[in-house]
This record gives sequence, structure tokens and C-alpha cells, in this order.
Amino acid sequence: MRLEYFQMVDRVASLDGEAIVVESTIPDASPVFEGHFPGYPLMPGVLLVETMAQASGWLLLKLMDFERMPFLMGVKEAKFRSFVGPSTPVTVHAKRIHDGSGYAVTQARIEAAGKRICDAELTLRIMDFPAPELAAAMRNRGKELGLA
Amino acid sequence: MASSFDRIADIIAENSEVPREKILPDSHVINDLGIDSLDFLDIVFAIDKAFGIKVPVEAWTQEVNAGNAPAEQYFVMKNLAARIDELVAAKG
Repeated sequence: MRLEYFQMVDRVASLDGEAIVVESTIPDASPVFEGHFPGYPLMPGVLLVETMAQASGWLLLKLMDFERMPFLMGVKEAKFRSFVGPSTPVTVHAKRIHDGSGYAVTQARIEAAGKRICDAELTLRIMDFPAPELAAAMRNRGKELGLA
Repeated sequence: MASSFDRIADIIAENSEVPREKILPDSHVINDLGIDSLDFLDIVFAIDKAFGIKVPVEAWTQEVNAGNAPAEQYFVMKNLAARIDELVAAKG
């Protein structure tokens, strides 16, 4: 993970139909931890949501063959069940539970050492790429992840 | 079983701040009920699940934006219910 660049996914572990599993390691150090929290660094809940959203997003990009872009627009039933701190490897599971017209809904969770850290239901709006640079960047990163 | 209109009106009331009694057959979902795009997607998701269909919101929106259909055809409650009935019937 590179928190400052919002790059939350290190690698794709598996892709099976409507489900993806990705792996990442929370960095040893980041300015984020200087504020959250002094003397007790924790991965912020909003960044855990972002991590689940990105796993969902890569899944949807792959399912749409990188033709359109998913944007996070809703988070429901988010539960943060355990703290997670620097240097922790995490596994992120995301599954598409509904393929709507112009949107998709996923169920996602993050685990560390087999223990559930958090989970949520996410709604992503599906749009045409608003900029060619974004489409190219997503495809390039998708290639690095073995998805594109 | 409740009519499609009643089921859709219940879904809208559950997924927005619009009181159920204000949702009438001639209500325009956006202009009269003030449903915003995020709530509308939640409502569409709930309709998709409840009726076992995929409401083609994107195609409807494109038709309206292109001037090929009046917005009322899809977004006035009684017409929306009729469109949902058509989708359910087409599903077989």
C-alpha cells in the first residue's frame, strides 16, 4: 500500500467469476500514522473503506473489460471490528452482489491473519471514463495487477 | 399482492425521506418527490431486488436526454409502475 497515493491494492491473489481477493500490506510508516494516532498508529477506518472500494473497483473494471469506470457512491453497513496497524498484511475480499444499470453493488471485507477487520456493502456508480488519461492509467495499473 | 405502484411507493418511502402518503400516482419522482441521484440508485437497487429485474435506468436517461422520450414516461409514479410491470412481464 502507498497510502499517500491512494494505492491500496498490492496484488491480486485470485479472481473467480464475480469475486476477487487482493492482498496488501499496510506500510511500516506514513505521515497518516503521525496523526492517526500519535503514539498509537492505526489504519484509519476511511482508508479501510477505500481499500474495500478499490478491491471492488478492480473487480468491476475487470468484469467490464476496462471499458467503463466505477466510482464509489455509497457505503452501507460498514462495521469496523478490530484495529489494524502498520506492517500488517491484509486480505481483501470483494464480491459483486448486484449488476444494475449504471451501478453495481458489492460486498467486501478485510481480514488480517484470518481475523475479520471490517466489512461493508458498497455501491459504485458505473460511468464512461471522464478523461482518457484516467482510462489509460487504470489499464496500465490493471496490467501491473494482471487484470488488463 | 399489493400493486406495483404500492410496492414501489413503499420502497421509495423506505429509501428516502419522502413520507409514504405524499407519493401519489401523478408524482414525478425527481421534480415532485425531490429524490436525488444517490437515493434514486438505492431505490432502483431495491426495485431490482424486489421485482427480480434490472431497471434500465441508463437507457431511459439516454432516451430522455436525447429528446426521444418525455421524462414523465419513466419518472412519474404511475408510468414508472407500468414500466416495471412491462419489465416483469418481459422476464416471463
